[in-house]
Amino acid sequence: MRGLQRRGGVARHDAVAWGYARAADALGVDIIQNCEVTGIERRASGAVSGVETTRGRIGTSRVGVVAAGHTSVIMGRAGVRMPLESFPLQALVSEPVKPVFPCVLMSNAVHAYISQSDKGELVIGAGTDQYTSYSQQGGLHISAHTLEAICELFPQFSRMRMLRSWGGIVDVTPDRSPIIGKTPIPGLFVNCGWGTGGFKATPGSGHVFAWTMAKGEPHPINAPFTLDRFRTGRLIDEAAAAAVAH
Amino acid sequence: MLLIACPYCGPRPEIEFRCGGEAHLSRPAEPAALDDQAWAEYLFYRNNVRGVQAERWVHSHGCARWFNALRDTVSDSFLTTYLMGQPRPDPSSARN
Repeated sequence: MRGLQRRGGVARHDAVAWGYARAADALGVDIIQNCEVTGIERRASGAVSGVETTRGRIGTSRVGVVAAGHTSVIMGRAGVRMPLESFPLQALVSEPVKPVFPCVLMSNAVHAYISQSDKGELVIGAGTDQYTSYSQQGGLHISAHTLEAICELFPQFSRMRMLRSWGGIVDVTPDRSPIIGKTPIPGLFVNCGWGTGGFKATPGSGHVFAWTMAKGEPHPINAPFTLDRFRTGRLIDEAAAAAVAH
Repeated sequence: MLLIACPYCGPRPEIEFRCGGEAHLSRPAEPAALDDQAWAEYLFYRNNVRGVQAERWVHSHGCARWFNALRDTVSDSFLTTYLMGQPRPDPSSARN
């Protein structure tokens, strides 16, 4: 299977995060960094009444948990168990070179993912480890597997030196689709389970999650993506939608 | 790559093994007696522990036998491995 998407492109993830942060700040949103949620407070009725953090308490009747790989940990603070498993997903970046690679290449067959950033670095995406982990680093054989495939396809990259690598923790659902919606606890909402994808869905995901939290009911777009689908059995049949092997 | 002590073959590299996920999940004796939420908890819900986790491994490119392990999911270090059917060891006494 192969295809060329001529309209395809890349977005600089840091700039996207900065853009959202600045726009949110301009709208009056407080963004508090380096502040860990240590507890989720509940009323006698069971509803959410606030969050405890390392920098104090915040009283609120609605909490949205968007914690990626650590969703199970945060939801555990409210006593909620999740249908999630967390895995390290590795990426690595080479030394910068002149423009040599004007596209994004992805192959599921040999598991290669490579593009070149504006700064000239080759950006390489490797796979996930087979075991759950919060180590924020993955096994060397996982990245080596991808590098072997890339060097086989593009022998000219075999002399490139890698500058850095890292492992992000991704939360994976049993059907590989996200959960965006309510939880068994009144006032507690969750947006999670994006697995190895999710970046490109950020605007839509944020929009429907804000709708869900404001109205207490899901937007029609995220209505099927409930936590409850694992009880009813109405799973999302799109495990291959991201075209990446999870 | 992890070095995993198969209880039958001794320490071997991780690529000889497959991880089978969380251990000590037992299939309910009477599935029909469960409500949908309890069945979903068995099938799909996991503790996804940040810390010491009991999990199943199979030495697929070795003796092909299953066993259990205690592993710290923050450091990825194994505390111990033990045979299927044995109870989960106490993590404080299991470090090896």
